[in-house]
Amino acid sequence: MTEMPRIIPSAEPRQLGEPIVEIKNLAKAFHGVEVLKDISMTVRQGEVIVIAGRSGSGKSTLLRCIDHLETIDKGSITACGHLIGYRKGADSKLVPLTDKQIAIQRRDLGMVFQSFNLFPHLSVQDNITVGPIRIMGIDRVTAVRDAQELLARVGLPEKGNAYPSQLSGGQQQRVAIARALAMKPKVMLFDEPTSALDPEMISEVLDVMVDLSRQGMTMIVVTHEMGFARAAADRVVLMHAGKIVEDADPETFFNSPKSEHTQLFLSKILQH
Amino acid sequence: MQWSWEYFFQYLFSGYMVAGVWTTVWLAVVSMIIGVTLGVVLAFMKMSKQRPVRVFANTYIWLWRGTPLLVQMVIIYTGLPQLGIRLGVIESAILALSLHEGAYFAEIVRSGISSVHKGQEDASSALGMTWAQRMRIVIVPQAIRVIIPPLGNQFNLMLKTTSLASVISMEELLRHAQQLAQIEFRVLEVYLVAACWYILLTTIWGQIQIRLENHYDKPFGPAGKPADPKDNVVVSVAAPVTY
Repeated sequence: MTEMPRIIPSAEPRQLGEPIVEIKNLAKAFHGVEVLKDISMTVRQGEVIVIAGRSGSGKSTLLRCIDHLETIDKGSITACGHLIGYRKGADSKLVPLTDKQIAIQRRDLGMVFQSFNLFPHLSVQDNITVGPIRIMGIDRVTAVRDAQELLARVGLPEKGNAYPSQLSGGQQQRVAIARALAMKPKVMLFDEPTSALDPEMISEVLDVMVDLSRQGMTMIVVTHEMGFARAAADRVVLMHAGKIVEDADPETFFNSPKSEHTQLFLSKILQH
Repeated sequence: MQWSWEYFFQYLFSGYMVAGVWTTVWLAVVSMIIGVTLGVVLAFMKMSKQRPVRVFANTYIWLWRGTPLLVQMVIIYTGLPQLGIRLGVIESAILALSLHEGAYFAEIVRSGISSVHKGQEDASSALGMTWAQRMRIVIVPQAIRVIIPPLGNQFNLMLKTTSLASVISMEELLRHAQQLAQIEFRVLEVYLVAACWYILLTTIWGQIQIRLENHYDKPFGPAGKPADPKDNVVVSVAAPVTY
């Protein structure tokens, strides 16, 4: 690490609101392999949840299910007042929603990916304004002004005219966060946002995420960054083999975890 | 009979040959436009979630790529009248060329679209775009730069393949050369003139293609190539405690 991060754990506990994401008995299999087994979880408004676990534990799949990037086999996900991906039909069977209805649901959920996934044929500014202009129908002047504010917020005020290929990984990921925020989402989902970054770029992205959490954004973050979990999380969830094996506040999670999987996970992560 | 420059130049600038050249050009352009449109439709049918739609597209492509264009053309022009379907020379030539082209172009479009990184689909979906918006705003503009080079290749082929239509008496470049050859038997001169015209057409097209490729590379910015997420990937390391 080249420089020490400037994160101080927040002194007072945050005010948490109503449940905004509710996952009930979620199950999901890929080609007969159960990736998620009977997952239930509630996220309250303003809460920051860190989901950890080794690769293959199902944490990314869980996150992708919340945004309906993966279909689900059993259970239900409710986010921002919508039953995600389905509606209750006759005799309360779940009926898949149309492409358009799913698209509308997703506007409330911002998502940031491990591989950034910026649109390479659009400038940074266009990456951020494409959603507001083309999806929400917001006028160009307003969208550009908002984009400039967002770029300043993620520390890249000069980069509007650059193209993704001209930016470092850390800069691309910060643009990706700005792009998601431009849709004014109620919940932000982060899928290993720093795993594809060179070590020296990790903190610039985490700083933005910590700022976001301080501003009251509801966040579900799949990450290995336990420093972030300590600094910003309200709860840390550990997944193992498709199940939630630990769900605790950071204090309990790091100091007196109940599950042996958590103890093993922490011992592996902390021994370096 | 000696080689004669006189005949060569007489044929080269004869209005009859130029008329043939003109027919070749519009026949190629019209067939290409219909073929490309058909290819795009077939490519999306191939990627459909509905199995019957996929089966239809795959069967079409299998049949039209698996049989010679010349055979298809002869069947359409001389075979179909047996079933009461009578098409003129021009209709038959355009139909055969474009149906054949569609089968090849479908594969080109499909591979162009699947060349776009899977994360682009994820990101545009997550942003709240419908399928049509994802295609129009994100996927197709990136697929086009992959599709343009083979598209240019196909049109180069098309300019030359139109010569097959001479078999069903389409009045294009080769047919006109054949007819001139039968008048004065200056076979070498007249066919070399035809060859010169074909190479002029494909050369002009080659220049247009270079400009097209540059044009579709522009949206990717000065660096000229899309960012490859892999460039930044380091092995996912467990969290350093220093943070």
